[in-house]
Amino acid sequence: MHRWIGAGPEDRKHILSELGVDSMDRLFATIPDEVRVDRLELPGPRDDGSLLAELEQLANGNVTQDEMPSFLGTGVYRHVEPAVVDAVLQRAEFFTSYTPYQPEISQGTLQAIFEYQTIITRLAGLEVANASLYDGVTAMVEAALTAHRVHRGKRNRVVVAETVHPVYRRVLATYTEPLGLEVVVVPAGPDGRLDPERAAAAIDDGTCCLIVQSPNFLGVIEDLAAAAEGAHGKGALAVQVVTEAASLGLLRGGGDHGFDIVCGEAQSFGIPASFGGPHLGFFATSRKYMRQMPGRLVGQTVDTDGRRAFCLTLATREQHIRRTKATSNICSNHGLMLIAATVWLELLGGGGLGELAAACLACSEDLKRRISGLDGGWRLAYPESSTFNEFLLLGPGSGAELRDRLVQEGVLAGVPSRLWGGGWPDGLLVAVTERTTRSDVEALLAALGRVV
Amino acid sequence: MSVPSDLLYTKTHEWMRREGDLAVVGITHYAQDQLGEVVYVELPEVGRSAGPGEELGTLESVKAVSEFFAPAGGEVVEVNERLNDEPNLVNDDPFGGGWLVKMRIREESGLLDAAAYDRLVAEESH
Repeated sequence: MHRWIGAGPEDRKHILSELGVDSMDRLFATIPDEVRVDRLELPGPRDDGSLLAELEQLANGNVTQDEMPSFLGTGVYRHVEPAVVDAVLQRAEFFTSYTPYQPEISQGTLQAIFEYQTIITRLAGLEVANASLYDGVTAMVEAALTAHRVHRGKRNRVVVAETVHPVYRRVLATYTEPLGLEVVVVPAGPDGRLDPERAAAAIDDGTCCLIVQSPNFLGVIEDLAAAAEGAHGKGALAVQVVTEAASLGLLRGGGDHGFDIVCGEAQSFGIPASFGGPHLGFFATSRKYMRQMPGRLVGQTVDTDGRRAFCLTLATREQHIRRTKATSNICSNHGLMLIAATVWLELLGGGGLGELAAACLACSEDLKRRISGLDGGWRLAYPESSTFNEFLLLGPGSGAELRDRLVQEGVLAGVPSRLWGGGWPDGLLVAVTERTTRSDVEALLAALGRVV
Repeated sequence: MSVPSDLLYTKTHEWMRREGDLAVVGITHYAQDQLGEVVYVELPEVGRSAGPGEELGTLESVKAVSEFFAPAGGEVVEVNERLNDEPNLVNDDPFGGGWLVKMRIREESGLLDAAAYDRLVAEESH
């Protein structure tokens, strides 16, 4: 077999016989029928010019966030995108390099990672952060697995608030099912928050962690101190997941409320929505659990001449050294996204991030107040609960109907709250950011006024 | 290399000292020398049962992580808590302050005496 050329029929036969299966169909037998493609019905060859034209025409059928006022959120947010982020990112030193196998050669990359880790620990209110994970979803799953390891695999229950993003919970189920972990979902109370009594009932001596999202999927800020107490009362770890990292500019990270792990999605820090990725997973924990933390870790040290230098540290936990006994099978990080986030955060500074978050909150509060004054059946689902920059809006129709009617009115007004199921009222999750303009708000209110 | 004559040894470089029906367990001078500076010791829980040769915990050095094993079958009755703050005791005093666990021994077989272990080390270092 040639190294650079794909396998031919003879090679395939050889590989199959080595594997001990008699056909390709047998090899792929574990793939469920409903997702298998028997034959790709592709049209014949085309020249690239006409193909591009057709693709462009198809793409023009989409509505982008640049074409209509947009209030879409639920885990992906449109914050400021200063040109300097891209300019730094596209420098060849950063852009072309994968995490090098002798990482200490790339002091610049390591320094960026170290600065990123430092910022994340401060935002999370914890002592250690890793060099990032793929996205918020995998970061949350890794947090559950970390808690499982901390308890030496003896506590097999993961308790998760229903108000954790439904997609995040789905991925959690994907990971935990084959490991034999039981996931118990605690429904939200009438205020859109984790119901503390039901949470307490779900957490038992076999629970490795409680996972709470704050601000949660419904936009509501959870009572983190109470949640941490509930988890710790039974010896379980408390895990906070954050899907709107900009909130950390205003709200204390879970570490300050006693949480053991704070993780989530850092897309808000200067990374475009793109197509839902690549984004950036962050993960922070206390010193006590750092050896059970997944992923790479950069430390600061001195070289032989006593000058400041950066190095990978605690690498002995990792796959390239420990093989199957590694702490986790995460052996990389999202370097480029991390650099984007670090440049963005350092450009804003702590004060800037605080101002940005305050602008989000002010815009959201203003919009909530004005919606409360509307006629036509529009109302807030949880008027008494505190939110950051997103809230559940109920109106004359289901969330999906409202979304469609408001698109007709020229506004991307929000994401249907039951798009992925959920036991909460069916409405629209409406998000704002510092990029939401006065005219966006006026356009939304006018559109709401026309949809009755 | 120091190989005290009053101890029993394993092929995986643990040592064991009988104290009544208990046994103190550690790793040998040779093992700590091979491992390099130990920075973290992951100890088992007290009450943990293990068969002979079963993994009890891990020793993390600046260059590697390796497991240590029960030299004989039994139950862990005590772990060396000092190692949480002073993992370097494994290097500095492997046969003394750097002990890892105490076990109540239920079954043992195939342990080496000092002379046999000395020969094993001599072969391995070639």
